[in-house]
Amino acid sequence: MSEQFEPVIIGFTCNWCSYRAADLAGTARMKYAPNVRLIRLMCSGRLDPTFVMKALATGADGVLITGCHPGECHYVEQNYKALRRYLLLRRVLKGMGIAPERVKLVWASAAEGTKLTNEINTFVEEIRALGPLGWNKKLAGNGHAVEELAVEEVAA
Amino acid sequence: MSAETKKPKVGVYVCHCGTNISHTVDVEQVRDWAEKTLGAEGVVISRDYKFMCSSLGQELIEKDIKEMGLDRVVVAACSPHLHEMTFRGASKRAGLNPYLTELASIREQVSWVHTDKEVATEKAKAVVAGAVERVVQNEPLEDIRVPIHPDTLVVGGGIAGIQAALEIANAGFKVYLVEREPSIGGHMAQFDKTFPTLDCAACILTPRMFEAGMHPNIELLTWSEVTNVAGYVGNFTVTIKKKPRYVIEELCTGCGICVEKCPKKVVDDVYEAGLGYRKVVYTPFAQAVPKYPVIDAPNCTYFQKGTCKACEKFCPTNAIDFNQKEEFINVEVGNIILATGYDLFDARRVSNYGYGRLANVFTSIEFERMCNAAGPTSGNIVLRDGKTQPKSVGIIHCVGSRDKNYNNYCSSICCMQSLKFAHLVKERTGATVYDFYIDMRTPMKAYDEFYQRVMDEGTLFVRGKVAQVTNAARNEHEEGKLIIQVEDTLAGKQRRIPVDMVVLSTGMEPRHDAKETSHLFGIGCSSDGWFTEKHPKLDPISTMTEGIMIAGTATGPKDIPASVAQGAAAAARVLDKILQKEVVLEPIKASVNQEQCSGCRICNGLCPYNAILFHEDRMVSEINPALCQGCGTCVAACPAGAINGTGFSNAQILAQIDGLLMDVNLAGA
Repeated sequence: MSEQFEPVIIGFTCNWCSYRAADLAGTARMKYAPNVRLIRLMCSGRLDPTFVMKALATGADGVLITGCHPGECHYVEQNYKALRRYLLLRRVLKGMGIAPERVKLVWASAAEGTKLTNEINTFVEEIRALGPLGWNKKLAGNGHAVEELAVEEVAA
Repeated sequence: MSAETKKPKVGVYVCHCGTNISHTVDVEQVRDWAEKTLGAEGVVISRDYKFMCSSLGQELIEKDIKEMGLDRVVVAACSPHLHEMTFRGASKRAGLNPYLTELASIREQVSWVHTDKEVATEKAKAVVAGAVERVVQNEPLEDIRVPIHPDTLVVGGGIAGIQAALEIANAGFKVYLVEREPSIGGHMAQFDKTFPTLDCAACILTPRMFEAGMHPNIELLTWSEVTNVAGYVGNFTVTIKKKPRYVIEELCTGCGICVEKCPKKVVDDVYEAGLGYRKVVYTPFAQAVPKYPVIDAPNCTYFQKGTCKACEKFCPTNAIDFNQKEEFINVEVGNIILATGYDLFDARRVSNYGYGRLANVFTSIEFERMCNAAGPTSGNIVLRDGKTQPKSVGIIHCVGSRDKNYNNYCSSICCMQSLKFAHLVKERTGATVYDFYIDMRTPMKAYDEFYQRVMDEGTLFVRGKVAQVTNAARNEHEEGKLIIQVEDTLAGKQRRIPVDMVVLSTGMEPRHDAKETSHLFGIGCSSDGWFTEKHPKLDPISTMTEGIMIAGTATGPKDIPASVAQGAAAAARVLDKILQKEVVLEPIKASVNQEQCSGCRICNGLCPYNAILFHEDRMVSEINPALCQGCGTCVAACPAGAINGTGFSNAQILAQIDGLLMDVNLAGA
């Protein structure tokens, strides 16, 4: 058996679009990689960047953020706020020596079960290519590094 | 609280869902694992059952809550969108706060989308662990109850708005019907005949308009616009601007002498679509409701030069008042129905069809007015010169619709509208009619029969998207004609068809100010500009904002029967709320801890519902729970962590992350 790296990914979904897209994917028996574990939020605007940091620090190799398409937010325009935070967060990650590609933002409406499954599959392969993050093993309980952190190769 | 002192007692219930879950997930293994591994997290009992949602399954949970004193419940089954209410109900019946129950979706998110049983079982465990960690952090919540003001605001006096207003008024409740034009009636009042029955639009519409105008429960506010909306479901305060009519409504008898005596005529761009004229003091049409005229101040000689006053001189009741000013009134309403309608696509944008450049190219609304006996040509179908009857007419479908250069969507009414035009041309002029369509869409009751009838009448149908309408003749047959260049896709060849008149079946577009309207009322709007329904299929007349309903073409193109049905449906929903006397809101709300708030105001600008109030005196922000819709954007933004979002608190989400990644950390340890 090949020793293929199986990444663990946390996915944040919006109650009104992407969570329903995941429901739809289920109802339609679409298949996708089992590496993603989803968390429901009411809106992508609820996504506190801390959640992403927490997920990465606790052992996730990647984080997928999903929300309604621009202009279709159920709370008028909060997905734009998620977009802003996402772009900032990627810069912060880069500064920390973590490949910003480990976090990805995807728009998926409630009708887009197919799109969501495709995005999940693509993202799993992208994270697989990046390899394990293993941040949880490099941190002691107090949040400090147990050893010198190996900084990932990040293009300047 | 007790969370520190008392260890939670969590029950985990794993559903087989027949074989829907157990086929791919080893349910017994998940059950045993939960009790053993999650014991430290507070799990005291774990059970599995064939159908958890059945009454026997629910009783299992209820029994454990009562007998074992469970204070938290996790049901690993289907999506919360399906059965969250079911299991919350079970908990409630057993005396447990319903919000202390969580669903772990191991069907939609695990068994139905994965194939490898071993992997799926591991993922199911992670999902259950996430739910257990989360539920421990759940707080007991109470549904929010808000009283409902029995009055309703209907915005837009077209057929959908009129229908909605009448339904509510007939049930005995007060309605404010706001219309920005001088009369209610909307687009339908401009039409001549309505498809497929060909009954006259005025004949069926004006009795409704009259009824709305005379109804004791309807307060008509025409020539008025909503300028501000404050409050929330059950308790809106709406500011309405009444534009000056310069006519005192209490004194005016609607005799029309002022209109008769007014010496100045201007082109009527609104009601007559630019084809006809109206006086400067006018009612848009004879059956206008209300009957009071309006003075068009920018065009009035008195307002321009300070002289004339013919209307004032001749008015028998001294109802003219040149000193009227715009007036703002506030009304209190419990619910709002938006039926603001559509704009017509501007045919000038399709420059290759020549509208505005070639005289005898007409838009659909111009053609409607031309056919109308009360219209500018008294119902005669004539060329732009006002007298020549056309011998051949080309009707072009999908102008501005189903075209990636303009609008992708189908305007839904244009096929039937075009067929109606074809029939009217045949009936009144006997001219040869060419009908150019991409696809013929006649799906409603008696629509296709009408299509058959028009075919039988001899209209010539050409399937193909018209490339160009031109007056550049290539031979003597084309001389002096409009030539329609089209690829006939059924015959597979290019055609040039010379005609005397072209009618463009222009599509519907969202109101030019739909985006502003959606912001004003705090509802969603698609990227096209149509108002967004709460659910496109199952709740097409509600919006995500409680208490604001939508009806008619404001949500997308539709015909008269559909608009009327939506108006009535929106009214039924409003009546349902009024009769309940109060609304129950899910307690997913944000609140500011006043002690922790630093007054930075970062959250203030983030709320699309203006629910966050800043107290200048105390320098802290506060959230109005009835306005808050619970998106949680402010919670995520607060740098001090002073905002708590119930149902989706930081503690709950962070705990869920811990649970979902528990196996990763166990494996690494």
